[in-house]
Amino acid sequence: MFHRFTALSSPRRFYAIASAWLPWLSVLTALGFAVGLYWGLIVAPPDYQQGEAYRIIYVHVPSAWLSLMVYTVMAGAGLVALVWHVKLAEIAVYECAVLGAWFTALALGTGMLWGKPMWGTWWQWGDARMLSELILLFLYIGVLGLHNAFADSRKGARVAAVLALAGIVNIPIIHYSVEWWNTLHQGATVTRFDKPAAHSSMLWPLLFMGTMFILYFSTVLLARIRVRILEQEADRQWAEEVRRG
Amino acid sequence: MMGRAFAAVFRRELRLAWRRRGQLLQPLVFYALVMLLFPLGAGADLALLGQAAPSLLWVAALLAVLLAQGTLFSADLEEGGIELWVTSGVSLGWLALAKLIAHAMIVSLPLILVGPVLAGWLGLRGEALWVLAASMALGMPVLCWIGALGAALTLGLPRGGILLALIVLPLYIPVLMFGAGAVHAAVEGRPADGALLLLAGLLFLGVSLAPLATAAALRVSQE
Repeated sequence: MFHRFTALSSPRRFYAIASAWLPWLSVLTALGFAVGLYWGLIVAPPDYQQGEAYRIIYVHVPSAWLSLMVYTVMAGAGLVALVWHVKLAEIAVYECAVLGAWFTALALGTGMLWGKPMWGTWWQWGDARMLSELILLFLYIGVLGLHNAFADSRKGARVAAVLALAGIVNIPIIHYSVEWWNTLHQGATVTRFDKPAAHSSMLWPLLFMGTMFILYFSTVLLARIRVRILEQEADRQWAEEVRRG
Repeated sequence: MMGRAFAAVFRRELRLAWRRRGQLLQPLVFYALVMLLFPLGAGADLALLGQAAPSLLWVAALLAVLLAQGTLFSADLEEGGIELWVTSGVSLGWLALAKLIAHAMIVSLPLILVGPVLAGWLGLRGEALWVLAASMALGMPVLCWIGALGAALTLGLPRGGILLALIVLPLYIPVLMFGAGAVHAAVEGRPADGALLLLAGLLFLGVSLAPLATAAALRVSQE
């Protein structure tokens, strides 16, 4: 088992596996998005209060989920990079930061688009989740900036990994400190386990879209790591052979 | 061995700080200057100033702490001190703890003493001054330690200053919210002990985790 894991962490091996999987994953992601968007935007019933406008949750909520999940993945990769000096994990830290920052920006952007018709304002200072999402964006930008400041990208990745791990300790603290402000954001609709507030005809497409976002993230992460491997291993013979085709 | 190493690092920091005691005043002057800028910018509206004072006092103190971080490890790096730390065989986190506690005392104590004076200048009275001093005593060390982590992460970078602010300021937010929140509560006559207890919690979390994180960052910088 451990042997297989270490074999996978060899860049060359990972490149081959990623190349084999990527076409399938891409097709699956594209199909999944088509189904999920049709389900959410057309099949699911309109909300009795917000009408059709609520449908933005099928993009907004998965983006917000992913923005946090990607940070966790990034910190996990950072731990592996620091402890075992695995090259792939170092690359994953940076690529996760890029993708996570985009998911966070998407969650913020769609949230503002949703807030304008619903609350009558683009930005609501009293809303805890908007604020912690913005802070999360700054945390991502910090990781990216720190990584890019180092000429040696391997060292940059390990320094950024320390920051990512410090951030993961801080995220719950930031979240709760901001939460104890007055909030007008509607309460969480999915994580109330006793009785979900959203009807199942709206909830299922949402969970499906969430899964598709995870699939999308995995696909793009794999593709980005694959390119980065080729870049970093450019002087190796196998990379030369790949380039010649 | 560990106790002696701890004491040696701790005493060295304090002695260096004492020999450069003129520099200790600089953050205080900065703090006072920023607190002078706000009333001038706000047009001497006393009612507005009184309302905003808790936030202003805390934000300015936070910036003063931030400014004191940039060069925290740079002399150690140039003189090879960090290399010696790493190769000394004593736990790096333990040495970092000594440095961080000394650093927090050197930077925080003057600010904590001056904070209530500036608060009185801005028109805060009575209990709010005590709450401000208490919140700063609990919060400033945490700000110092987060800043020290940032200084260790940006160590050796030619233009680390703005980057340091960029990575450290988001992590400062909880301390600022609880600190300013406590003073706001005291000004409005509400109990402030909840926010103060949360600050105390952050203080304990900080003293347990910051040395480890700083040590990890220093080790990476020496690779």
